[in-house]
Amino acid sequence: MKARINGIDKREEKHFFLFISPWLLGFLIFTLYPMVFSIILVFTNMDMTGSGQFVGFANIIRAFTEDPLFYRSLLNTLYFVLVSVPVSLLAAFLIALLLNQKLKGVGFFRTSFYIPYITSGVAVTLLWGWIFNAQFGLVNYFLSLFGITGPNWLSDTRWAMPAIIIMGIWTIGNSIIITLAGLQDIPEALYESAEIDGASSFVKITRITLPLVTPTLYFNLVMGIIGGFQIFMQPYILTEGGPSYSTYTYMMHIYNSGFKYNEMGYASTLAWLLFLVIMIITQIVNRTSRHWVYYDN
Amino acid sequence: MEAYYKSKRTSDRIKTSLSYGVLTIIAVIFIFPFIWMLSTAFKIPSEAYTLPPKIIPNTFTWDNFVQGWQYADFTRYTWNTLIVTVLATLGTVLSASFVAYGFARFKSRYSGVLFTVVLATMMLPSQVTLVPTYLLFTKLGWLDTLKPLIIPSFFGGGAFNIFLLRQFFKTIPKDLDEAAYIDGANAFQIYYKILMPAIKPALITVGLMSVTFHWNDYMSPLIYLNSDQNFTLAIGLQFFQNSFGSSQIQMLMAVSLITVIPVLILFFIGQKYFVQGITMTGIKG
Repeated sequence: MKARINGIDKREEKHFFLFISPWLLGFLIFTLYPMVFSIILVFTNMDMTGSGQFVGFANIIRAFTEDPLFYRSLLNTLYFVLVSVPVSLLAAFLIALLLNQKLKGVGFFRTSFYIPYITSGVAVTLLWGWIFNAQFGLVNYFLSLFGITGPNWLSDTRWAMPAIIIMGIWTIGNSIIITLAGLQDIPEALYESAEIDGASSFVKITRITLPLVTPTLYFNLVMGIIGGFQIFMQPYILTEGGPSYSTYTYMMHIYNSGFKYNEMGYASTLAWLLFLVIMIITQIVNRTSRHWVYYDN
Repeated sequence: MEAYYKSKRTSDRIKTSLSYGVLTIIAVIFIFPFIWMLSTAFKIPSEAYTLPPKIIPNTFTWDNFVQGWQYADFTRYTWNTLIVTVLATLGTVLSASFVAYGFARFKSRYSGVLFTVVLATMMLPSQVTLVPTYLLFTKLGWLDTLKPLIIPSFFGGGAFNIFLLRQFFKTIPKDLDEAAYIDGANAFQIYYKILMPAIKPALITVGLMSVTFHWNDYMSPLIYLNSDQNFTLAIGLQFFQNSFGSSQIQMLMAVSLITVIPVLILFFIGQKYFVQGITMTGIKG
């Protein structure tokens, strides 16, 4: 009896490994091996051809003591994350609240908010470059209607990053839909009983909606942080990191170090340092989450 | 009491119209950039650079599309992008469903650990593996070919897709498989004859998300492609902007519009599935 069960188990195990084999191979080749290799690279000065020597901690020391762009790009990226993530989160929540009402034509609005996200690529980035054009762009024209002379957005050190943040907030469609799904999971009965108790809309939102949607907000927050730290395409295309490094992001520094200056060892070091920063920040968010994220069980 | 209901109805009506007003304003903000793109694409140069900006141009022209398209080899870029998108999506859907079937239906001593590894890889930022992966593709001789953009998709199709499809397989009763086993079907036949058709909506969702991802992808083509003949649209567009863009905005917008339209059409056809996919993303959290 036991042998037969073992026999079946073995056959099942064989099947299991057969079917997961594409992933297992992919994991070994495209994740595990590069990760290990990448750790080794941290301690070398390897270039694109794969030749280089062991340099100990030189790359790490260089990042902290000899590379002003390390701090600069890190601070720029932090600036981006600290502004765009909370604003996006709040905006997505408010828009989702509006969409969560029993209104006709909600589908049309949902579509409008989602389209920027689905199309976000080089074409749409170039479109924003035109919208932020100092002389003929839409933004400055709109401001001029109120008598405001708009800045030279993308060529002004103070305004280039805000411009990129604005563009980022425009693509919050996915967080809106995720938040909306979270809102729709809240049982209607809770609102009905609150209504019987005479609760106002404000009380309903702050006492029922907000606590119950916190798991979704938490998810959006963590994804926003991880995504925000990897911002690359928009500043790379619109400003190439300029003017005077005001939009030079951390991901751009990794890219330039590795693929422009051919320093693969240093690029790997920067990548791991970014990984550490992201880990630390998400861990902090995770720690605080038990104070504000509401869990059912 | 009646007065209470009357006032409540009035306040509801005010709330509703207020909501519509606010939603409309926000919708305009979200959509207007595209209208601006459309309008610029049909303008003659002198009108593109005019103040105040006009939404409907005085003189409509198709020249921007024709000329812009000819400035660089956009037909070639489109073809490359199409190859990458179609093949990578095929790889994603096939291999993610294949692997998900393994995780959903077969038990092993290692299935728990390995599935945890799948989930863990979702958290790993791509830049950590960026440089070694590049060196690996260089060694394989894949540099400046479309291979690095396509072939990895056939190895699992991405952790998130595996996770998503596994959840779907799990919703289908196992009795269905067992009945087929008794009828003499093997594990492969059950996978593609019974389970794949049963989760078609989920497969479409994964497919559509993969199409938009690969169509819009910028980072990988930027790293792996060097020569003009291998460019995808994303790289081609940037190349075009660097050469002519700042002085030929109407052409840049025309070409950009052409590259956005396929995604938009696809979105309108498969809207339901896109929303489904995004909603499922949230459930994960």
